[in-house]
Amino acid sequence: MHELSIAMNVVELARGHSRLHGDGRISAVTLRIGRLSCVHEDSLRYSFELVTEGTPLAGARLRIIEVPIRIWCPTCEAERELPGIQRLACPECGHLSGEIRAGRELDLESIELAPETTP
Amino acid sequence: MTQPRILEVRTRILKKNDELAREMRREFESLGLLVVNMVSSPGTGKTAFLKETLSRLLARGIPAAAVVGDVETDNDARRLAASGAPVRQIMTHGLCHLEAEMVRAHLADWNLADFHYLFIENVGNLVCPTSWDLGESVRLALLSVTEGEDKPLKYPGLFNTADIAAITKIDLAEACEFDRETARANIDAVRPGMQVLETSVKTGAGIEEWLAYLATRRAMLNP
Repeated sequence: MHELSIAMNVVELARGHSRLHGDGRISAVTLRIGRLSCVHEDSLRYSFELVTEGTPLAGARLRIIEVPIRIWCPTCEAERELPGIQRLACPECGHLSGEIRAGRELDLESIELAPETTP
Repeated sequence: MTQPRILEVRTRILKKNDELAREMRREFESLGLLVVNMVSSPGTGKTAFLKETLSRLLARGIPAAAVVGDVETDNDARRLAASGAPVRQIMTHGLCHLEAEMVRAHLADWNLADFHYLFIENVGNLVCPTSWDLGESVRLALLSVTEGEDKPLKYPGLFNTADIAAITKIDLAEACEFDRETARANIDAVRPGMQVLETSVKTGAGIEEWLAYLATRRAMLNP
């Protein structure tokens, strides 16, 4: 369950950013998770709910953008998106390539600051 | 009515760990210390492999040390201490992986300049340690013949971040009907071009090749 550690890091980072902007409630968080990053989405959602409790992120929506693997194929001289994660081979010519251009992301993309409630 | 505001932040989620690990790597490398992060599933034989590595290095007068991560018990540290090398146990108490801060805290009063090599035996797990940089220069993924040839395909993320792979218990290959070529092809599919060693601490197969790899990598540090 390393997703718990990841969720805790997300909360810490998101709070750090929101403090610079009034430290209000955070209503949504968007993450970019590469397919090679070994993160289990359900575990991450569960952990996120758990660690946001009692924080300005409580109840925040968690959006997860899954990033497919992209490799550079030296034979085709082109960047190729892969359908899976078990074979880093060009889907056009079959050449194996370790030159990974995307798919390892584990990023906090954006946070949504809730509008301040009018008294 | 006010609208919610979107802040584009684009930050690595594990930024704190990554930054600390980078700083640690800089320090290790400047001291001429090659740090190796060993990852595998439980039961692959990380501890036996490490014990053999430490014993051979020490027998040649090459100073090396190890920190070993486990969820509970210090059994592995006690096994490794028999090699004569300084060993520290990190007990994670439930955490499934090591993080850079835990490693740093356990190195605090060692004079790292005394060692040529430091081995970090990660918690036995093929998923969770993947994303945590521990400041290592080399990540070694181990796979035993008893686990089957398709392990790399089941856990591509971890094999993909490794610098070198070792197949352990190769002396049992026949008994386990382990197909070396398939295993190598599977490793190559998830980490094209990675060097793969076939090893056995029982027969000594591949261990000298591993020590030669370590020496080459250490020579590249240029302290």
